[in-house]
Amino acid sequence: MRAFTQHQGVVAPMDRSNVDTDMIIPKQFLKSIKRTGFGPNLFDELRYLDEGKPDQDCSQRPINPDFVLNQDRYKNASVLLARANFGCGSSREHAPWALDDFGFRVIIAPSFADIFYNNCFKNGLLPIVLPEEVVDQLFRETEESKGYQLSVDLEAKTVTTPSGEVFSFEVDDFRRHCLLNGLDDIGVTLEDADLIRDYEEKRKQTAPWLFNAGH
Amino acid sequence: MAGKTLYDKLWDDHLVKQRDDGSALIYIDRQLLHEVTSPQAFEGLRLAGRKPWRLDANIATPDHNVPTTDRDKGVEGIVDPVSRIQVETLDKNCDEFGILEFKIKDQRQGIVHVIGPEQGATLPGMSIVCGDSHTSTHGAFGCLAHGIGTSEVEHVLATQCLVQKKMKNMLVKVNGKLGPGVTGKDVVLAIIGKIGTAGGTGYAVEFGGEAIRGLSMEARMSICNMSIEAGARVGMVAVDDTTIDYVKGRPFAPKGETWDKAVDYWRTLHSDDDAEFDKVVELDGSAIKPQVSWGTSPEMVTGIDGSVPDPDREADPIKREGIVRALKYMGLKPNQKITDIQLDRVFIGSCTNSRIEDLREAAAVVKGRKVSPSLKQAMVVPGSGLVKAQAEQEGLDKIFIEAGLEWRDPGCSMCLAMNADKLGQGEHCASTSNRNFEGRQGFGGRTHLVSPAMAAAAAVTGHFVDVRELMH
Repeated sequence: MRAFTQHQGVVAPMDRSNVDTDMIIPKQFLKSIKRTGFGPNLFDELRYLDEGKPDQDCSQRPINPDFVLNQDRYKNASVLLARANFGCGSSREHAPWALDDFGFRVIIAPSFADIFYNNCFKNGLLPIVLPEEVVDQLFRETEESKGYQLSVDLEAKTVTTPSGEVFSFEVDDFRRHCLLNGLDDIGVTLEDADLIRDYEEKRKQTAPWLFNAGH
Repeated sequence: MAGKTLYDKLWDDHLVKQRDDGSALIYIDRQLLHEVTSPQAFEGLRLAGRKPWRLDANIATPDHNVPTTDRDKGVEGIVDPVSRIQVETLDKNCDEFGILEFKIKDQRQGIVHVIGPEQGATLPGMSIVCGDSHTSTHGAFGCLAHGIGTSEVEHVLATQCLVQKKMKNMLVKVNGKLGPGVTGKDVVLAIIGKIGTAGGTGYAVEFGGEAIRGLSMEARMSICNMSIEAGARVGMVAVDDTTIDYVKGRPFAPKGETWDKAVDYWRTLHSDDDAEFDKVVELDGSAIKPQVSWGTSPEMVTGIDGSVPDPDREADPIKREGIVRALKYMGLKPNQKITDIQLDRVFIGSCTNSRIEDLREAAAVVKGRKVSPSLKQAMVVPGSGLVKAQAEQEGLDKIFIEAGLEWRDPGCSMCLAMNADKLGQGEHCASTSNRNFEGRQGFGGRTHLVSPAMAAAAAVTGHFVDVRELMH
């Protein structure tokens, strides 16, 4: 996995709550058997005026000029500013894959849905929870100032505004450690292979029906 | 010291290692796999030169992409080449790695969350994962069942473990008895309406109380299935006689002495009387009416006698804007009566409501009636080949067909419209599925979530109607 330590980038505001993963990447694009190439279809139904199809050249499609990511000032955004319960609904990891493929590295919101939040960390994407009033302030500043950028430091667990204001955020130690070092967490778990085998031996005694059932 | 909740017990029984940083390794007894969220996981194993840790813990089936017609043609019958590749990829991966798969022409094929319980591959007390958020369904059996992403599917394949942090405990207690015509689906929609679409985020939710105890396994599955629509990855119901009776005799269920030993253990899978929950929510079950969603989030729901809300009466500006946006997308007016919403299509199916009891409830309503001529389509999609066979044995297929509903082959179908079954732009659908998100059932489609009985009532009238009026 790609490591994440620090990032500075242009902020794009996604001003609606309960953005679901169907909205982030609609179902017709989940038919791909790859992890990449979802960026052109990120927020497909909001971004384009027609119905998107898999394997289509999106550069020829009619775009929705009102949608935030179609506005020139947000075109190179890499920090997504969002509202509460971002990423709710389906567990599709295609949602963080699409955000990543588009170029986002950080998502800031007052709250995230659990599965989406977890999926982000597996893909070098950092979801940051900040208090509602701070998010409100960042929305205001993003609107007011063209090219508004934020700096994020995962080591220090801080978000810094252009005026130097610093906001701290919380993140689990394990997730932070994996992200800072770009660790493959399967490899980390397999370091405990003996413990897993011990657990299985015990369970085979106490709950034998859990093994080889129906096989 | 306070007693343990059901979640505490399940957590403790699956704990392989508690790490100093607060994370833990949790052992996974069962993984269900389908074609959409597994290809990249198998590819990851291959690239890293890893093998599945324990083959017998996995069961696979294609469900999201499969057509619901012409199934005798098998994989060749999938017209969309991209969908076909995905199903073929699952077949290839399962063959290569040696994982049991119920392929498209197998009668045991069906929606993962229907076939697990049906086969007894879902057993009380198990930890279960699947790359699908509706894995919470299996919590109805007193299981610790999580929806996970594809990286975690790979992680579980490779290690049989999941890295987790313990969640908080919530009890949703539904008191009293449900009225006639009120189902598990109405209960869970009412719960989501009360606590909101993020009300359960960070919690493992146990559903309890007299109303839940009185429900069948099918109804409990419908409720746990939609825990995720309230933000909770895990929803559970304690084990009781209803659970054990359902499991007994199923192909993967233990037999003989092992069965007796298992039952002794399963009887312990309930929260202790003195267990403490971080949050308790109570509802009066006898006051729950048949529910209909009007908006684009499952929390946007009301009783059948209700109306579409007026955004001007909402004080919270973010919520108000959400209502305005939802009404625009749904093509509804503020204060419009729910019974005045005209429908284009009816869909009875999905991992929420495609089990035999759901089909019986729908058939009882349409029996001797006809689908309204104002509808373009009304379809019934059973959850598995075995549900289909059972329904046909009971003559339910004839009741549906005589009433003018289409009787299809099993799969996820119009719940998420990855196959050919979808809504046209602007069409309103009474759907027994679980999500009314924008575009979920088709580009520009408008979904209203209801129970199978309410969907059946809508099918014969062409608009929403209180199913209890048709039951007299």
